[in-house]
Amino acid sequence: MDDVDHNPEADWIRLARAGDKEAFGKLVRLYMHQAYYVALGFLGSHEDALDASQEAFAKAYGAMKKFDPSRRFFTWYYAILRNHCLNMLRRKSIRPIPFSELQPEIQARQASDDQTDGFLYRSEIHAVVWKALWKLGADDRQLIVARDILETPYSVLAELLDVPLGTVMSRLYLARRRLRSAVEGLL
Amino acid sequence: MNHELTAHESMLLGKALEGALDEAEKREFEVLLERRPELREEFHSIKAVQEVTMAMNFKKPPEETWDRYWGGVYARLERGIAWTLISIGAAVVIAFAGYHAVLAFLEDTASPLLLKIAVAALVLGGAILLVSVVREKLTLRKTDKYREVIR
Repeated sequence: MDDVDHNPEADWIRLARAGDKEAFGKLVRLYMHQAYYVALGFLGSHEDALDASQEAFAKAYGAMKKFDPSRRFFTWYYAILRNHCLNMLRRKSIRPIPFSELQPEIQARQASDDQTDGFLYRSEIHAVVWKALWKLGADDRQLIVARDILETPYSVLAELLDVPLGTVMSRLYLARRRLRSAVEGLL
Repeated sequence: MNHELTAHESMLLGKALEGALDEAEKREFEVLLERRPELREEFHSIKAVQEVTMAMNFKKPPEETWDRYWGGVYARLERGIAWTLISIGAAVVIAFAGYHAVLAFLEDTASPLLLKIAVAALVLGGAILLVSVVREKLTLRKTDKYREVIR
């Protein structure tokens, strides 16, 4: 039974803290998708998200001895990644991916079902909202992207942000409120 | 136009938007919207924007991105070690060369005394500055509650 229940992540963390790069590599492979998409929410471009998430893993490896094994690895890594992304945003102007590079199926669905909604076509509304997202602060944008586009569960968001579930929803509401204002500013 | 909200109201509206209200909160939410009709309008417009963001999705990066991902991290780890060695080596070489250059200058009888005093003051000032910065960093490290957060 023990073998079935055994979580290899704890072993990888123990080995990585002792300097085992291969074990750290397994942790990286386990979390690379999640890390990339978190960075994409902050930075908005494939190259920057790839660079930031990899750089943050390298920083995490250098600081593995400081990691408290009783915590979740990704929660700790998220704090490193967030700081790295915010530093990148401070240092250079980020060019978000154009709306046309969002998931092709969505685009296709809109093209076949492109009805008017008020004064704008639905695809235009999507483009305006996407543009408005980039007028928000990085934390607001990342929160909305994480919840709505990446469908991150509330419990995971609460853990990453280190706040209660109710606070996540409150923060989301305030972020959505600012998004709505940004959308109004663009119309 | 954004209206003033208390922390409790924003949590209530947030939970309503995410469909996470319990029965008591649902009643409280309805009372809030009855009392403040401007919030009802705001709530519905925010919900409309939420429906748009929920319909968005990112294009998946090519599969090779993931095949090469760990290689990219590994290369950064190697470069980190290389930069550490280069920094240590450069610091030792610069310190050694600086020490000998200053010593040679001070021993040079042709140099004016005033210039020697100025150079000695520069070196001493630099050393005090370095010690002060290092001491401050070490003190901060002991008391910094954010020391686990890598900047």
